[in-house]
Amino acid sequence: MAKFRSKNSKKKVPALSTASLPDVVFMILFFFMISTSFRTSERVVSVILPEATEIAKLERKDLASYINIGPPIPALQAQYGTEARIQLNDAFSTIEDIRDFIAASRESMSEADRPLMTVTLKVDEDVRMGIVTDVKQELRRCSALKIMYSTRRKAAEQKGF
Amino acid sequence: MARPAGDINAGSMADIAFLLLTFFMMVTTMDTETGIQRRLPPMPDENQIEQAEQINKRNIMVVLINNNDRLFAGGQEMPIVMLKEKVKEFLTNPANLPNLPEKREKEIEGFGPYMVSRALVSLQNTRGTSYKAYIEVQNELVKAFNEVRDEFAMQNFGKKYDLLDEDQQRIARDAVPMNLSEREPRDVTKRRR
Repeated sequence: MAKFRSKNSKKKVPALSTASLPDVVFMILFFFMISTSFRTSERVVSVILPEATEIAKLERKDLASYINIGPPIPALQAQYGTEARIQLNDAFSTIEDIRDFIAASRESMSEADRPLMTVTLKVDEDVRMGIVTDVKQELRRCSALKIMYSTRRKAAEQKGF
Repeated sequence: MARPAGDINAGSMADIAFLLLTFFMMVTTMDTETGIQRRLPPMPDENQIEQAEQINKRNIMVVLINNNDRLFAGGQEMPIVMLKEKVKEFLTNPANLPNLPEKREKEIEGFGPYMVSRALVSLQNTRGTSYKAYIEVQNELVKAFNEVRDEFAMQNFGKKYDLLDEDQQRIARDAVPMNLSEREPRDVTKRRR
């Protein structure tokens, strides 16, 4: 059979060169470095976002500051209970802290970008509106008026187009 | 005297790169932020006497979600699936009924005069409303506005709103303004006592 050559035959299949493997992996690495962002903060509240269809993408991620509202994660529930709480940066906060938080995130932006700042509210779907309304009122007082209710895309109704 | 430099073994380069790759895949996130964008009304000046803006009763539609997540729109209770049609009818007032919002002629730059509806949808909730129900209703309202805009765009430009160029989008926005106000919650429970 022609396909089976003896070992001492002159034609040998050359070893597969792995010299370009690092290049390929580096390429994937750079792709990940560019397209992803670092996890900014550790969640101390658990948030399951509600679903919606009429959603818009956040254009500039660097201009967003996040307010998480939800019940504490299970590991912290013994200490903090299950009542919904506000998380700013990576600690539990109160309504009064929002003012400083907004001021700090304004400060970190360039002058031109400040009016474009978006506050993204990541609120658990079972949270009552009372606390959300308090946050919204406080944001109005800080004149951080551009907000976004963070939601998931509803899978079933995507076919509409 | 210089010894000839031997080849550096690059075989482990791939391992190093893989290590870096795994590190980046673990510590970064790729989720795109999506959500419903809204603009809050500015806080009224405290010194200023609150100007009771005279809004004709026919031009305002109150959408209320109560403590039990029940929905009331325009004074009657309804399931959420009916809300969109109700709001669309309210926004367009196709038969020019006297109990639905009036329209006023407005000169739109680059388009000409258009009968712009003066409709205002006021979304109200109580402190006990669940966030899920609130977003659901918010979503339906935004959808109603978007569909009316789409219809306008279809009629006048033959395209959906999203596909229009910037100037046409501005015209559509002027013709169908998104008058959706979010009031501070009314404490329904307290009032009843």
